[in-house]
Amino acid sequence: MCQVDEDYHGPLQRAEVPSVSKKCVKCKEATAAVVIRAGDAYCRGCFKEYFIHKFRAMLGKNRVIFPGEKVLLAVSGGPSSCSMLRQVQEGLSHNAHKKLRFLPGVVFIDEGGAVGQSVEERQRTVAELHAVFKATSFPFHMVPLEQVLDLPSSVVVTAASPSERAASAYKAAVDHFIQSDTTSCVTPRQQEETLLPDVQESHTHSLQQLIGSAKTLTAKEELLNTLRQHLLVHTARTEGYSKVMLGDNCTRLAVKLLSSISLGRGAQLAQDTGFSDSRYGDIMLLRPMTEYSAKEIAYYNRMFRVPAVFTASLDTRTADKSSIQHLTESFVIKLQADFPSTVSTIYRTSEKLQTACRSSSTEECWDRCLLCVCALDTAAENASAFKATLISEQLSQSKSPKATRPNPESTAPAGQCCSPAGGGDCGKAASDGGCCSSAKAPETAHLRSLLCYSCQLTIKDMGSNQSSVEHLPQYILSEAQRRRRRSQMRQEIRDFLLDEADEG
Amino acid sequence: MAAPIAIHLEFGGGAELLFDGVKEHHVTLPSQSQPWDVKQLLVWIQRNLLKERPELFVQGDSVRPGILVLINDADWELMGELDYQLQDQDNVVFISTLHGG
Repeated sequence: MCQVDEDYHGPLQRAEVPSVSKKCVKCKEATAAVVIRAGDAYCRGCFKEYFIHKFRAMLGKNRVIFPGEKVLLAVSGGPSSCSMLRQVQEGLSHNAHKKLRFLPGVVFIDEGGAVGQSVEERQRTVAELHAVFKATSFPFHMVPLEQVLDLPSSVVVTAASPSERAASAYKAAVDHFIQSDTTSCVTPRQQEETLLPDVQESHTHSLQQLIGSAKTLTAKEELLNTLRQHLLVHTARTEGYSKVMLGDNCTRLAVKLLSSISLGRGAQLAQDTGFSDSRYGDIMLLRPMTEYSAKEIAYYNRMFRVPAVFTASLDTRTADKSSIQHLTESFVIKLQADFPSTVSTIYRTSEKLQTACRSSSTEECWDRCLLCVCALDTAAENASAFKATLISEQLSQSKSPKATRPNPESTAPAGQCCSPAGGGDCGKAASDGGCCSSAKAPETAHLRSLLCYSCQLTIKDMGSNQSSVEHLPQYILSEAQRRRRRSQMRQEIRDFLLDEADEG
Repeated sequence: MAAPIAIHLEFGGGAELLFDGVKEHHVTLPSQSQPWDVKQLLVWIQRNLLKERPELFVQGDSVRPGILVLINDADWELMGELDYQLQDQDNVVFISTLHGG
């Protein structure tokens, strides 16, 4: 982990091939089975100990989970999250002083509808995972991604976070917990389970339309990530959990860090890749697997028979250049093959990132992106690169100087994206954004103004005409309308307000 | 002249998709003049088992970065990687760690 004398710099030239009977670097007795970092070979027993210790150390170091707290494990069926599930099981089975002290629950989100699986395939995946979850005896919830269409708009609003608890409070809580009857939470609870409800075909269809309205795979993946996160947070809120554990491993995070930068999410990096993420206020997202590389996890799962269920994702069997995320992954993995410290170097960088903005509790909801719920990064100065991009976008869209005239009704411009039927409306809105196909275009423009730069790009990819934005789930659209009304009202009563900051 | 050897191949983590979704394969490698090593095994897999998109499985003479190889449940880096000489009844596992397989 974070030892001073940690050595990440393996020799660049290939180390000579170790002999078959190489011994474990830890116990120096048993035959090594896994090479973790360059040159560090572990035997089975020591590898298991090292792996389990790292999980507890990660939670112990960060001290964010209080004893008795309900924690939701987001398990996709992939190797990382299934390994995380196993680590929590291991942690709960240990003797008292090292034991994990929280109450876990499991959630699985069935994305089969979004990635185009057949009903039979989805049922098979769900059945396999059902058996896995059943064996853990933790309460579990199986939720189809289609439910994202029926979410309340409160999902995208940051809820008031419970008052910050100090480090001393953590210690007191732990002491209190140890003194009080420790067996109370160990008593076997009735295993609650929420099974997958039947999914209406029309819902699957709307979800597919929504994902399909994004033209590039890059935007599709971003959209899917956003929807999945909303549904996770919603499930945690309705089921009474205060923390959600995600299974992102070190390799994944390194890829995510670089692809987020390429996607224009630089301002949100700290939240997107850090150990804890409190953008939702009441629900904290945690990433306890970030100290493990994909390789360690794959070996652990293989050696200790951790069941994982493979499900195809959007980028399965696609070419390297199919999406920014996929290309970044292949770049990082290829670099890692020759330079074994690539992933850990990128990941260590992400650990040091911080966003220099106001603390999350003081921000108003209209300073937050409607989709990713991060602080908006669009209030840039006039001389910024972002403003320059906007200006050049506007200029390139107005085809003729006539289009930008103050009274454009007289000459409806023949913009390339104007639908023939909507020709009459076109001129009216032309002054608004230059590119439009219906009178509702200002609404689209307004929706975009509620998003951070990166989410704007995703929505832009869904097409500039109104109909594609209409595929967005209702909770997003109605929250956009609410925010619009709020800002209109604020405009109207502006003169009566004492101070901008008083508004709330 | 080496005798034909029987080995057990396993694909996981999404790599099985390139082999018609079949995870386990019991195969017999025909006899040839030199002993079989992993490098030759990869060529043999590519010719005989791989159903589609070879670039998603092999790169150059080795496996694609991101696919792990275990020989008899141990890291192939400990066994000499491509130069390991296969024995009869060996168990070779390929696990993809790439997102989406």
